[in-house]
Amino acid sequence: MSKDKAPITDKARYARLRREAIGQGLRRLYDGVVHEPVPDEFMDLLKKIDESADPERSPS
Amino acid sequence: MMGRSAMDRTTHTTSDDTFKEELLSLVPYLRAFARSLSGRHEGADDLAQETLVKAWQSRSSYLPGTNLKAWLFTILRNQFYSERRRAWRQEPWDSEKAANLHSYSESQTAAADLSDIARALQALPSEQREALILVGAGGFAYEEAAKIINCAVGTVKSRVARGRRALMAILDGDEPLPMSDRPPEGEAAREILSQLDRLAPHHGGDKRR
Repeated sequence: MSKDKAPITDKARYARLRREAIGQGLRRLYDGVVHEPVPDEFMDLLKKIDESADPERSPS
Repeated sequence: MMGRSAMDRTTHTTSDDTFKEELLSLVPYLRAFARSLSGRHEGADDLAQETLVKAWQSRSSYLPGTNLKAWLFTILRNQFYSERRRAWRQEPWDSEKAANLHSYSESQTAAADLSDIARALQALPSEQREALILVGAGGFAYEEAAKIINCAVGTVKSRVARGRRALMAILDGDEPLPMSDRPPEGEAAREILSQLDRLAPHHGGDKRR
């Protein structure tokens, strides 16, 4: 029994490390996009949205 | 869910400005969610922009003080699935295009296995993929993810767990790494059926006449 135990533990440890590595990879994929500079179109869009949504907005 | 009422309309320009700033600050997350959900580089930014427009139009239904990021993700998710349903009906599958779907930026592909993970992620059923993205990558609590997906917390938990296992199986080579993100036939069929279900009362009636 004790002979079987070691490889099982190794396997479990490998699985855990593997799971952690994949989890980390997932976060890096996502964070990679989060940290990209935001393209200008987004700023432009929000500016345009503002003007078109509030045409009656009076300049103060 | 009524947030700011229409009566505030004349007085809420400052809160509109604040809202707009908050939207802008969350754009990076919208882009990340859009890209990981769709697996596409180009279309993802369109999706994020449509989400902004939609969010702006429905800003009166946002409850101030609640999680704006989760609210936006809900809009983006709905947008994504309704567009995808439309695309499935209209576009024939282009396998060449499919091979080029995963154009993650240079810095990201530098670590080779990140592109493998990206590819494997797109091979998962979409309900496992979105749960895994929200909880495993986006850092949402199960409860928040459940609200975004509009399902039970336990469902999110089991989808995340199954998604993790499936991702591992694909990456460890237990299953071949697919070259496309085409959803499994079963899933496509289910999506279409649920769409038909919603249309059924009208269409069924028309046909019988």
